[in-house]
Amino acid sequence: MALSLPLLPGVVADPVNRTLRKVPAWPLYILGAVPPVILFWAGVTGRLGVDPVKDMEHQMGEWGLWLLIAGLCVTPLRRYAGISLLKYRRALGLLAFFYILGHLLIWLVLDVQILSQIWADIVKRPYITVGMGAFVLMIPLAVTSNNRSIRRLGKTWRQLHKLVYATALLGSLHFILLVKGFQIEPYIYMGAILALLALRLPLTGKRRSLRTA
Amino acid sequence: LGIGSIAGPAFAAPTGLTPNTLEEITNYNNYYEFGTGKEDPAENAHSLVTSPWSVEINGLVDRPGTYALEDILKGKDIEERIYRLRCVEAWSMVIPWNGFQLSALLDQVGVQSGAKYVAFETAFRPDEMVGVSRPVLDWPYREGLRLDEAMNPLTLMATGLYGKDLPAQNGAPLRLVVPWKYGFKSIKSIVRITLQEDQPFTSWKDANHREYGFYSNVNPTVDHPRWSQATERVIGAGLFGSRRETDMFNGYGDEVASMYSDLDLQKNY
Repeated sequence: MALSLPLLPGVVADPVNRTLRKVPAWPLYILGAVPPVILFWAGVTGRLGVDPVKDMEHQMGEWGLWLLIAGLCVTPLRRYAGISLLKYRRALGLLAFFYILGHLLIWLVLDVQILSQIWADIVKRPYITVGMGAFVLMIPLAVTSNNRSIRRLGKTWRQLHKLVYATALLGSLHFILLVKGFQIEPYIYMGAILALLALRLPLTGKRRSLRTA
Repeated sequence: LGIGSIAGPAFAAPTGLTPNTLEEITNYNNYYEFGTGKEDPAENAHSLVTSPWSVEINGLVDRPGTYALEDILKGKDIEERIYRLRCVEAWSMVIPWNGFQLSALLDQVGVQSGAKYVAFETAFRPDEMVGVSRPVLDWPYREGLRLDEAMNPLTLMATGLYGKDLPAQNGAPLRLVVPWKYGFKSIKSIVRITLQEDQPFTSWKDANHREYGFYSNVNPTVDHPRWSQATERVIGAGLFGSRRETDMFNGYGDEVASMYSDLDLQKNY
């Protein structure tokens, strides 16, 4: 793999980056709002199968996880392939937050419904505790996802936003903990997240030179 | 063969249950041999060859042997039983089964005095079951009942629903229905029944004994370690207001509670 890397910046990355420069980030927010609207409408009109509540809950949770993973891809893509998606990262992160918020609201309002049971579940059920923890960690990130916060917080902002690593890990652990029997899918997500985090480990030796390329 | 001769009164408590639609009952199934998604069995179970079918009945019985399905059904009254099915995953639906009492089959083969339990086994056919290539459970799927549970008049061998043959995804051609226990006790597509002295191997208990016990009676006061069993989502109730409180023994306490008067149900979950 290491051999092909030096080719990437010139052959692939440059044209890609040139194209991306013309594509702004704001349409992502509009695009991102479409699936939940379609999902909710499908639920209301009875097109989500036999158990629409669970279907909505699962789909929103899974999309949230995909968006978190997409956000985690930005740094390795830049580091190893020279492709810069940095300007889309805020949109990916905020969309992940809103999808997980939707996932949580569906669980609260449509699924569990009973307040006392909601609290009992959060405290007593490890998979819900873990999921809730992942969500809570996202709140300060969502609140500070604006230019003013970046300026005001300076270095602290970068440190703070590393919390997303914990969120992604807890999110995939939440998935692993909730399935019955041995199922492979949640482990694939966990594996992908671990791999993406491993790619952030400090570079050594030859690979370091790529950074400046 | 589901419709055969529907005879006798609908024997069901609690009464007044409104069945789910056939669409709901046949598109929301846990039958992991055909995939772990709720809609996977509806998509994949058609590959199961259900005719001819035979059931090996062995162990402590007077007349052991391999019984053709036709011989099992011969002389049995096929009744309609409208039961609520409560899944361990905390959802429920109401299903109008057609079938006969398991006790009738056990009487037919002659249970010997030493028998204390009944063990059941689902077909294991890698060529016809796409899900068994994955080690979700230790295949073949196995379940069991205490003999008195098996002989209880509520315990049904279902051969159909809504007056039609049992669809493959619902456990064709012959499945167990034990309405006061979590759904996974109601084993599907049975190929073996063994009368024995020891408590049988049961697949979910083997997979996780803390989460799934041998008895697995519906019990709102004993939570699954990962979720509450106090309430259940009602399948088919729509997007809003779809939760009800779970009844002890799924509402069948009058018929079954006496079997457990000497048993600590907190320990024997």
